[in-house]
Amino acid sequence: MKSQTDEKALLEGLAANDKRSAETIYKENFNTIQALIVNNNGSSDDARDIFQESMIVLYEKACSGSFELNCQIKTFLYSVARRLWLKRLQQQNRFTSPGDSMEVVVPVEDDIEAHEQRDAEYEMMENAINHLGEPCKSLIEAYYLQKKSMQEIAANFGYTNADNAKNQKYKCLMRLKKIFFTHYKNGNGDE
Amino acid sequence: MNDIKMLDAVERYIRGEMEPGERLQFENLRKSNAEVDQLVVEHTLFLQQINQFGQRKSFKSSLNDIHTDLTEQGKIESMKLTGKARIVYLWKRYKRVTAIAASIAGITALSISALVWAFAPRQNSSLIDLNRKVEAVADKQKTQGQEVRILRDQLEIEKNKVKKNIQYKSGGTGFLVDGKGYLITNAHIIRQSKNVAVINNKGEQFDAVVLFTDNAKDIAILKIIDKSYKTIASLPYGISKTVSDVAEPIYTLGYPRNDIVYSEGYLSARTGFNGDTLSCQLGIAANRGNSGGPVFNHNGEVIGILSTKETESEGVAFAIQSKYIFDAFDYLRNQDTAHQSVKIPARSAVRGMDKQQQVKKIQDYVFMVKGD
Repeated sequence: MKSQTDEKALLEGLAANDKRSAETIYKENFNTIQALIVNNNGSSDDARDIFQESMIVLYEKACSGSFELNCQIKTFLYSVARRLWLKRLQQQNRFTSPGDSMEVVVPVEDDIEAHEQRDAEYEMMENAINHLGEPCKSLIEAYYLQKKSMQEIAANFGYTNADNAKNQKYKCLMRLKKIFFTHYKNGNGDE
Repeated sequence: MNDIKMLDAVERYIRGEMEPGERLQFENLRKSNAEVDQLVVEHTLFLQQINQFGQRKSFKSSLNDIHTDLTEQGKIESMKLTGKARIVYLWKRYKRVTAIAASIAGITALSISALVWAFAPRQNSSLIDLNRKVEAVADKQKTQGQEVRILRDQLEIEKNKVKKNIQYKSGGTGFLVDGKGYLITNAHIIRQSKNVAVINNKGEQFDAVVLFTDNAKDIAILKIIDKSYKTIASLPYGISKTVSDVAEPIYTLGYPRNDIVYSEGYLSARTGFNGDTLSCQLGIAANRGNSGGPVFNHNGEVIGILSTKETESEGVAFAIQSKYIFDAFDYLRNQDTAHQSVKIPARSAVRGMDKQQQVKKIQDYVFMVKGD
C-alpha cells in the first residue's frame, strides 16, 4: 500500500515527463491489468494495448493539472482499463460479462469520453501531418514537436539561413493548418 | 507587415515572448483588427492541438520503450494462455469464422487444386536467384581473398575448435523470428548445402541447421545450434499477416557484401511475377546477397522475404509474402514437438520511431547466411 504523498509524487513526475515515474507505475500495474484482459477473452497483445491506452488517459489527466487524487492510481487504471476493454469487446461482438464485479471500481466515464475526444483530435493531427509529405513533415516536426530553433533547423535541413527555413516552414504550416482545420471543423460539425 | 512576420508575431504573442511595449501595441492591433484577432484565436487552438499531439506521441513511444525494457529485465512477463483455457478462448473467438471457412474450403478446395494444376507457371528463366556466389566475387582479389580466408579460418579454428575446414560458396541474408535462434531465409540460398552458418552484424559466426525447406515457396527455417549464441528475450519487429497497400514505402536490410546494407523502395503490386499470389512486387534496388532479407513497412513490421529480381528491368524485385512464414512454422510444429514453443512476434516495438532509430534496433537481428 502506497501512501498518498508517494502517489502524488508519481503523478507529478508523470506529468513532468519523468521516465522513472512512468516506469514505476507501469511496473506496479501492468500485471494486474494483463490478468484482467487475459482472463476475459484477450491476448497479451490486447493487454498491452489497453494498458498503454489507460496510461495515456492517466497521463493526460495528470497533465491537465485538474487531477485530484480521490482514489489510488491502481484503482483508477483498473477502472479505465476495464471500461475500455468492455467497450472493445462490445465493438467486436465478443461480449461476455467479465466476471462478477466485486472489485473496486471508480466511475471513469467522463475521463474516457474526454480521452476519446482527444483521441480523435490526435488522429486528425497525425493524418494531417502524414498528408504533408517531405520535407514539410520533418520541418514541422522539428520545429513544433522537437522544439528546435530555426538556426538549428536551417543547418540540419541544408537551408542557407534561418530566414529561408522560416519561409519554408511558413508555407508548410499554412498547408498543415488548412488540412487540419478542414477535418477538425467537419469532425466537430457532425456531433 | 507581411504574412510571415504577422504569424511570427502571433506565435511570440501566444508564447508570451513579447516585450511589454510591443505587447501593448499588438493588443491594440488585435482590438482594432478583427482579422488579426481571428488569427490569434485560431492559432492558439492550433498550437494547443499540436502540443498535445507532440506530448502524447512522445509519451506513447516512451511507453513502448518501458515495456520492452521491463520485459527484458523480466520485471513483467507476457502471459500466455495454456491448455484448456487457450482452446476455449480460441473456440469462442473463432467459432463462426471456422464454420464459414470450413464450408467454403470444402467447396473451393477441389476446384482450386484443379485450376492450380492447369495454370501453374513453369520455372521461368527470366527470373534469377539473387543467390550470391562468393567465389565469383572473389575472382578479382583472389590473392587478397585467400589471405583473408586463411586468416579467418585460423581465427575460427582457434576460437571454436572447429574440426572441419568448410568453404562456403553461397550466401544470402536471413533474420530472426524467435529469439531462441530460429531464422527465416530463402530455400535457394542453402539448397544442397551440408553446412550452414550465420554471421551477425558484429561479425560473430554461429553454426546453424536447416529445419525446414519449402522450395515451391522458397522459404527455409534455420536454427542456430552454436553454444556461443545467447537467446534474445524479445525482438523489436513483428511479422505481419497481411500484405500492405500498394505504394507503401518499404525498406530492407541485407548482406550483398560483408557489411549490412540498407535500401529502400515501395510496394509496387500485391502480386508477384506473372500474377504469382505467393509473392508481391517491390520497387527497390536489390543485389545478389539481399536474398532472404526481411522487407519492412514503415511500422517496422516484416511484410515479406526478399527473394528474386527481374533480369530484364532494373529495380524490380519480388518478395514472398510474410504470411507464409506462419504457415512454415505451423508445419514445423506439427512435425516435431521440440519446436512447440516457437512464438512469432506479432507486433512491432519500433512503431512510430523514425527510420534511423528503427534500423539501429533491428540490424542486430539480421544475419548473413552462408552455405557450402
